[in-house]
Amino acid sequence: MNILRYLLEKEFRQIFRDPSILRMIFIMPIIQLIILPQAANYEVKNVKIAIVDHDHSTYSTSMIYKITASGYFILTGINDSHLDAMELVERDHADIILEIPAHFEKDLVKESETEVLMSVNAINGMRANLGASYLSVILRDYNQDVRLKWVQLPRFDEVKRLNITSTNWYNPHMNYKLFMVPGILVILLTMVGAFLAALNIVKEKEIGTIEQINVTPIKKYHFILGKLIPFWMMGMFVLSLGLLVARVFYGIVPLGNIGLLYLFSGCYLIAVLGLGLLISTISQTQQQAMLLAFFLMMIFIMMSGLYTSIDSMPYWAQVVTWFNPVSYFIEVVRMIVLKGSTFRDIQFNLGIILIFAIVLNSWAVFSYKKRN
Amino acid sequence: METEKVIIVKDLTKSFGDFIGTNAITFDVHKGEIFGFLGANGAGKTTAMRMLCGLSRPSSGEASVAGYDVYKYPEEIKRNIGYMSQKFSLYEDLTVKENIRFYSGIYGLNKSQIHEKTSSLLDQLHLLNEKDSLVKSLPLGWKQKLAFSIAIVHNPAIVFLDEPTGGVDPITRREFWEMIYQASANGTTVFVTTHYMDEAEYCNRVSIMVDGKIEALDTPSNLKRYHNAKTMDDVFLILARKAQRQADQ
Repeated sequence: MNILRYLLEKEFRQIFRDPSILRMIFIMPIIQLIILPQAANYEVKNVKIAIVDHDHSTYSTSMIYKITASGYFILTGINDSHLDAMELVERDHADIILEIPAHFEKDLVKESETEVLMSVNAINGMRANLGASYLSVILRDYNQDVRLKWVQLPRFDEVKRLNITSTNWYNPHMNYKLFMVPGILVILLTMVGAFLAALNIVKEKEIGTIEQINVTPIKKYHFILGKLIPFWMMGMFVLSLGLLVARVFYGIVPLGNIGLLYLFSGCYLIAVLGLGLLISTISQTQQQAMLLAFFLMMIFIMMSGLYTSIDSMPYWAQVVTWFNPVSYFIEVVRMIVLKGSTFRDIQFNLGIILIFAIVLNSWAVFSYKKRN
Repeated sequence: METEKVIIVKDLTKSFGDFIGTNAITFDVHKGEIFGFLGANGAGKTTAMRMLCGLSRPSSGEASVAGYDVYKYPEEIKRNIGYMSQKFSLYEDLTVKENIRFYSGIYGLNKSQIHEKTSSLLDQLHLLNEKDSLVKSLPLGWKQKLAFSIAIVHNPAIVFLDEPTGGVDPITRREFWEMIYQASANGTTVFVTTHYMDEAEYCNRVSIMVDGKIEALDTPSNLKRYHNAKTMDDVFLILARKAQRQADQ
């Protein structure tokens, strides 16, 4: 145990002397938590719309008014021809073209049936999709308004209408920041755990000091604990700092037990530290470790449910997420922070993370060799 | 004169696939001896030394170091040896004092021993004024002397030095060898590789490796007489020129 004390003492001295590590654990979490959630916003606003109005009637004008009043669209042009509107799309001044045919009013009033044409610039798929569906909803509403006013009501209601009202539980205002901030915190912990520890060990390999350690009677587990403990503590520090930023900047206060969050994070950090160790045993240089870690991180983030819902992934991709520790933590952190889940709710995920911790660390200890 | 043998090596071989790094070498090293382990780059010196230090597992053959078998008890060997590699072995971002403290600590010295060692080493190396400087700020020669002192901080039976004086100026090299003599006089066996033939002259016995084999092993004076050479430099050239293998392996 004495040996471990000297190892830890040395490790902490080096960490506190290294300005880049201090920057990593103080500044990176703050910057990422403040900037990323603002950018990672799924709500589509300011969809640019160009309207080609061949009708110029009261009805078409009132419909245009309804669209612009919704707040989701910016009217970037009212054109006379489809070609002019297309030009706007090509110059990226418009995302959607709505073409109102001549006789729009006439058809609507007389035939009680008319058509409009909606063309969508689908280069940005998400924007196009959401923009188009907002527009459809607005047009449907408009249609209903017109009908209520004009079409004589039958004696009994022919069209049975089913009105759906929805409320958003756990995040009543559908505030994406509430959803993103805990997730980004998970990514930060993963980076501190897996990357910093891996880079630190590989650095000792590069300088050659690890050979000096290998020729001393230090036991493998001493060396590994000497590396894990400081980075585990840094991870917990980043978690605390992150929760503080979440509270100060976003007013996010975990609904669930904060102790539970720390318990899960502690276990999770052990798992990702094991991964970091593993990366370090198979890399000879810091570049190799960086590339490997970067590659893994990309997969971890894309397949974690941070940005996209796991439920809507194809089945094979869902299977991949089972092997991604990040996905379990993202789920848990949202459960605890937004929903106030208790130990019973997260025990399955905790079990999985413990298995990750055991497997990754044993694998790393096994493949770390004092002699070859 | 029959002295205690602290290193016994018999037919020790290490192969990496088809390449045989060290080919069936056999030799003994006596207690307190300064044993020079010479050879051109790529002759297999470092490979042999790493096997003896428990850093690399031999492919075949036998070896015991400080009484422990290299296959069975590599960790026991590590407790009884010091090692200074050609790569720099101190932590540059720790101070002189912190390096001494760290290595003394992991070799199991207790608090008062560490305290004592620290002050005596700082004094011997004239580093009292530099005790709180980061090691990276020291000149190379000072670093190497400090690294050597730290390699023997736990009074090991044997110290392995892999090209300890590479790139060091002649005055510091002389001082370094004085430290080696001092250690040897205190009963520590010194196993040293070098490319400086004047340093080979300082050794009690010298072996010269060529292409993974030991081509010659004797005292420097016997080697010179046998090969009819004036200096160790000439002896080395006569033997090392036989090499078939490419250097810088």
